Amino acid sequence: MPVKQIHLAAHFPGVNNTTVWSDPGSGSQIDFGSFVHLARTAERGKFDFFFLAEGLRLREMKGRIHDLDVAGRPESLTVLSALSGVTARLGLAATVNSTFNEPYEVARRLATLDHLSGGRAAWNVVTSWDAFTGENFRRGGYLAEADRYNRAREFLGTARELWDSWSGGDLVADPASGTFARPDAGAFAHRGPQFDIAGRFNAPRPPQGRPVIIQAGDSAEGREFAAAEADVIFSRHGTLEDGRAFYKDVKSRLAKYGRRPDELKIMPSVTYVLGDTEEDAAERAADIRRAQVTPQGALAYLEGFWGRDLSGYDPDGPLPDVEPDLGEGVSKGRAQFRGDRSETVRRWRALAAERGLTIRELVIEATGRQTFVGTPRSVADQIDEFVRTDAADGFVLVPHLTPTGLDDLVEHVVPLLQEKGVFRADYTGPTLRDHLGLEAP
Amino acid sequence: MTELHLAAALNDAGWHPAAWRDPSARPSALFTAGYWGDLAAEAERGLLDFVTIEDALGPPAPPGGVTARLDAVLIAARLAPATSRIGLVPATVVPHTEPFHVSIGIASLDHASRGRAGWRPDAAPAHHAHAPHFGRRDLPDAALLGEAAEFAEVVRRLWDSWEDDAEIRDTATGRFLDREKLHYIDFEGEHLRVRGPSITPRPPQGQPPVTVLADDVAGYELAARAADVVLVAPRSRGDAVTVVAQVREAERTVERTGEPLRVLGDLVVFLDAVPGAAHARLARLDGLARAAFDAEVFTGTPGDLADLLLDWREAGLDGFRLRPGVLPADLAAITRELVPILRGRGAFRESYGTATLRGHLGLPRPANRYAVSDPGRRP
Repeated sequence: MPVKQIHLAAHFPGVNNTTVWSDPGSGSQIDFGSFVHLARTAERGKFDFFFLAEGLRLREMKGRIHDLDVAGRPESLTVLSALSGVTARLGLAATVNSTFNEPYEVARRLATLDHLSGGRAAWNVVTSWDAFTGENFRRGGYLAEADRYNRAREFLGTARELWDSWSGGDLVADPASGTFARPDAGAFAHRGPQFDIAGRFNAPRPPQGRPVIIQAGDSAEGREFAAAEADVIFSRHGTLEDGRAFYKDVKSRLAKYGRRPDELKIMPSVTYVLGDTEEDAAERAADIRRAQVTPQGALAYLEGFWGRDLSGYDPDGPLPDVEPDLGEGVSKGRAQFRGDRSETVRRWRALAAERGLTIRELVIEATGRQTFVGTPRSVADQIDEFVRTDAADGFVLVPHLTPTGLDDLVEHVVPLLQEKGVFRADYTGPTLRDHLGLEAP
Repeated sequence: MTELHLAAALNDAGWHPAAWRDPSARPSALFTAGYWGDLAAEAERGLLDFVTIEDALGPPAPPGGVTARLDAVLIAARLAPATSRIGLVPATVVPHTEPFHVSIGIASLDHASRGRAGWRPDAAPAHHAHAPHFGRRDLPDAALLGEAAEFAEVVRRLWDSWEDDAEIRDTATGRFLDREKLHYIDFEGEHLRVRGPSITPRPPQGQPPVTVLADDVAGYELAARAADVVLVAPRSRGDAVTVVAQVREAERTVERTGEPLRVLGDLVVFLDAVPGAAHARLARLDGLARAAFDAEVFTGTPGDLADLLLDWREAGLDGFRLRPGVLPADLAAITRELVPILRGRGAFRESYGTATLRGHLGLPRPANRYAVSDPGRRP
């Protein structure tokens, strides 16, 4: 039996506090050269794809724009289309929201990227419902939270109908007969609760048939959506045990949609730190955590959970003694502050008391260490173990530095994986579906 | 003699609906990066100011033509790393799209091309035919120009919503951004409401040049309010005199300040070195599919076209956007034959002296509308 192969993707670090901007080696998060550097590094490492996230409104704290983290990014599909010109094989994955877009335009733009890149496009389907983001759009924030998967599911289904509205042979382009396309090419009609549209789709069938579909959802509903619709899912689960449980659960959902387990790749997003020795790597990891969680950032993070101004507290002192305000909250545009905040605060107080942690130390602890820390050899072994023992099919790697954060991993870890025979030495086909081992639909 | 501004309008296999059936056309390559890359390289070889790329969210009405097209902004983005100087000006359809997405798309094109992006908001009534693809729009034609004006205003405010020096990376205070230099645009119009700020930092050009195609006074006034370049369609030299006067009048009507509009005349061109050959080619294409152009059609030799351009220029036009009847043949005739003739008459550049589209058009980098001119006002 052939050895199970690892799939790897690179996440442009971009915005939010994973990205360390105070490091002297930190470059621009918007200059096109940064995107070129990271994409070419990923392609040199024979990665499956390069991934861009999206956020359609700048985050706010206490009614003002959050100013502590890296912010400012390009429109995903535009920069990926540009990158298709400086790469040859690398898959190009865009995050595009299904709430503040229309299926016709999104399907057409993804088909365009697939055509221009020769079959390398992928779409990470995300949903929103909040009026906060909606204020930047014509349609506003009318969507009830419960409806977001309904809309996403119907959005994706409609996009598939549009891609399927052209078959492979519909583009004739025969000058002699004057037939450019077959008469029914592009004809579609979709009538549903979310979309009622009909007419002609004006993008020929994409080289991949349809772009690769990526999903991040982790709730039961999100898992079901991924099992039914997605080619890749990248929810994160910390330990090997959690990873295996998630893997098993998601893969077991595929059969009822008539799909085989290998038709959905599970690629959690992970962080990593390399060092010459284990101690060196651990020390670097701790330094990076301190750079990611600045004193100001630690306070702002707690404010998100406390729901109130904590600027009077010392980040190097004990946790706030005031009770959290569980009202509307002070943080907008960030999903993690939803849910049961009082329970989180209770848990943190216990942790801080037990270990004698300051505010900043608590946040460093609570927001998690890097996933893989060690020498290139030990990181390669960890990656391999997760995949070999069915805790994952591969990983979306999130560097902490723009744009050089992937360099070390590609230089030192990828060759070890290749030596083990668990990662491709070179691309075997031109399309992203080829890299992921997915059949054309 | 001042130099002409010259642009090429890229569209399908050319502007004639039967262009794809011309022996020189590459109809099966229309949806590949290679096709568009070759066209852009040809235009850049001719040192043209910019290329435009058309768009539509549905097939054209008349039969016989090309019934599919790719997204224009993404084509332009694909061309950015493949070219180094030429301006890239995609069209976007106004009535069915979101100005926030368009604004960050063009800003991203400007970042990827290092200052060579432009934009043409397209509010032609023909796009109404595609409303059923979006299932929710019922906008009377008369409201289109109003929506286009609001759309362009939103896009432009979003470009300015980040001041150039908003990113400060101040380790002492832990701040990446100076939030005083980020601005809500709070646009509330009849058709659109957008809060802002953008998620994309200010484009390298500050404001990528906005181009409006107009053929009546209402259109000229929209251009005078919202645009840097107006594309007009005079049918004769005399008509050009009238049109230019109307454009200047529109600028006064809307009390335009700053740089005057650059006025470019649109012409559909069929070129051939042999007299009469271009005309015969057009006749052959007309026999295959009926064409209805919204601009004057020129058939003739590149030398004849040079004479016409220099003559019409006297009417006050700053330059021309030429729409090749057939691609790539009529584009190559522009870059390899027309351009050297114009250059020989001192009417076209010998080399790109500037690196941005604003630079090519002689437009300075604009101040940010939200920036406070007195830095002392801020603590």
